[in-house]
Amino acid sequence: MSTTADRAQATPPPSAPTTPVVRVSVPKRSMASELRAIRIVWKRELIRYRSDRLRMITTLVQPLLFLFVLGSGLQHLAAAGTHGVNLKTFLYPGILCIAVMFTAMFSAASIVWDREFGFLREMMVAPVRRSSIVIGKCFGGATVACIQGVIVICLAGLVDVPYDPLLILGIFALQMLLAFSITAFGVMIAIRIKQMQSFMGVMQMIITPMFFISGALFTAAGLPVWLTILNRIDPLTYAVDPMRKLVFSHLSISPAAKHALDPGVTWWGWHLPGLLEAGIVLALGLLMLGIAIWEFSGTE
Amino acid sequence: MPDGVTYEHGMGANLDGNGHDPRPAIVVRGLVKNFDEVRAVRGVDFEVGTGEVFGFLGPNGAGKTTTINMLCTLAKPTAGSASVAGHDVVKDRDEVRRNIGLVFQDPTLDGYLTAEQNLRLHAELYGVQSDLVDPRMEQLLTMVGLWDRKDSPVATFSGGMRRRLEIARGLMHSPRVLFLDEPTIGLDPQTRRLIWNYIRELKVREEITIFMTTHYMDEAEWCDRIAIMDHGQIVALDRPDALKERVGTDRVSIHTDDNEVAIAALAERFGVEARVADGAVAFGVPAGEEFVPRLFAELGVPIRAVNVSRPTLDDVFMSYTGTTIRDAEEDQAKHRNRVMMQMMTGGRR
Repeated sequence: MSTTADRAQATPPPSAPTTPVVRVSVPKRSMASELRAIRIVWKRELIRYRSDRLRMITTLVQPLLFLFVLGSGLQHLAAAGTHGVNLKTFLYPGILCIAVMFTAMFSAASIVWDREFGFLREMMVAPVRRSSIVIGKCFGGATVACIQGVIVICLAGLVDVPYDPLLILGIFALQMLLAFSITAFGVMIAIRIKQMQSFMGVMQMIITPMFFISGALFTAAGLPVWLTILNRIDPLTYAVDPMRKLVFSHLSISPAAKHALDPGVTWWGWHLPGLLEAGIVLALGLLMLGIAIWEFSGTE
Repeated sequence: MPDGVTYEHGMGANLDGNGHDPRPAIVVRGLVKNFDEVRAVRGVDFEVGTGEVFGFLGPNGAGKTTTINMLCTLAKPTAGSASVAGHDVVKDRDEVRRNIGLVFQDPTLDGYLTAEQNLRLHAELYGVQSDLVDPRMEQLLTMVGLWDRKDSPVATFSGGMRRRLEIARGLMHSPRVLFLDEPTIGLDPQTRRLIWNYIRELKVREEITIFMTTHYMDEAEWCDRIAIMDHGQIVALDRPDALKERVGTDRVSIHTDDNEVAIAALAERFGVEARVADGAVAFGVPAGEEFVPRLFAELGVPIRAVNVSRPTLDDVFMSYTGTTIRDAEEDQAKHRNRVMMQMMTGGRR
């Protein structure tokens, strides 16, 4: 019946343990095996996130400082322009986007860690497509960023944003989209970079301007021309604006306040609808995922 | 017996008298690898039989790891061809990968995950049937003595435990060829002995071919056959005992106050060609014990210490390369640094 077992008995191995030999065979590559690979790479990101409690806190410190310290500190100065609306309420949608963005970028950095600590090699030699690894990474990073986003969503009540189920659902969908696109962006960069230090440097160079220019902390209308141009180029603008539209549509405030605080983003005078903005974020995310896959497939 | 467990060999019809598949597990023809102007592997040919433990022996920088990387599809050959488990390493990259297990010189475990999670991740990536993951994992973790530590994060493991776990992981998908790149480097003697126990146990219990590199001469003795590699070429390939027989002579090494004079005297009085190795004057003579009394009587140079030994693989190495493996490594240290600098500044790995 069993040739292996018989032979093992005939010539006992040096230290002869009694566990039986279990032989497995690796199946041919298929869609199912690729999905399995994506799932496990995704799952690994979640396991790592769970074991890294410090990261949950550190990536939230900065956005929450902006929201509560800057928001409270500037309340008095800003009172003239906010038509009685809490400045923290105004800042909230932008801060949510930033919290998601920071976490997503941090998740993408794990590719650089994996390379430095050798684990990337274990994934590179597996009989799966490189694209499965990249997709798994992006989904994993996006999921982690979403969880961080949910923490910020829970704080909505503290800044006078109502816990309306439809609003929460909309915010969640939007932040999920942003989390995916930013992770794809981060992974695209991380694949090219071999050292953690340089990755952190590059991130600093990209994240801070993106966040400042995006209009997370101010409205996109009435800016100087140069800043308007930069603002319209910044991809984060198209995530912050629909988020703000969504939140403000659920607030009971005067039309004047709404007009002043949620003017929307315009292209040569034309108001972009929120869905189109979300579409832009998704399209950019997919494009960067494509580039990331292409880059990763090319590395030895 | 759980459904789907294949205790059957699968290629029963092709077994030779020893129960091994007679087709070679690895065939290498004229393999060359150049990194820019560095010629790392300069045309090697060899075959490894199924079920064999085959050792690649040589100093660091001899081209062993580069050769292994080409066989594992991690590097593309500049010229020549190689097939592993019947599949071409360039054309059937995926097929090769499904059939090999790898244990790298540098650790490739995820320290955040537990031992079990690391093995599970590997099983998922390789598409191991879900119902076989648990029994296979238990078998392998028991073999390497880590079953009771399966829930500990790998970050808490010692170097030896990590290496053992990597070996278990490399075997999770029952590869037909297991590549071990310096599996015992930097480990304490006890762990080294343990790892060799696993290798011998594997040879008996699983139909597996083991291809390993080492620069420990004493370990090479355990291999069925060894290839000695030097400067990117194979300089000798045979069973360890056959290689030692070929050296033929006993090794004598003497410590003197003036090695130059001693070498000259040896050549003049005894017709023996000697060289300095590891700070001593070394040479080979047919019957060492009988030669020593004559040496003391007739050399004319004071001898402070003498050592006579049967040929070892060190001597085999010396007879083929003209240097001991330690001296060769010192020579290559400079060269290696240069290559490393090139790799670091050259960017892509």
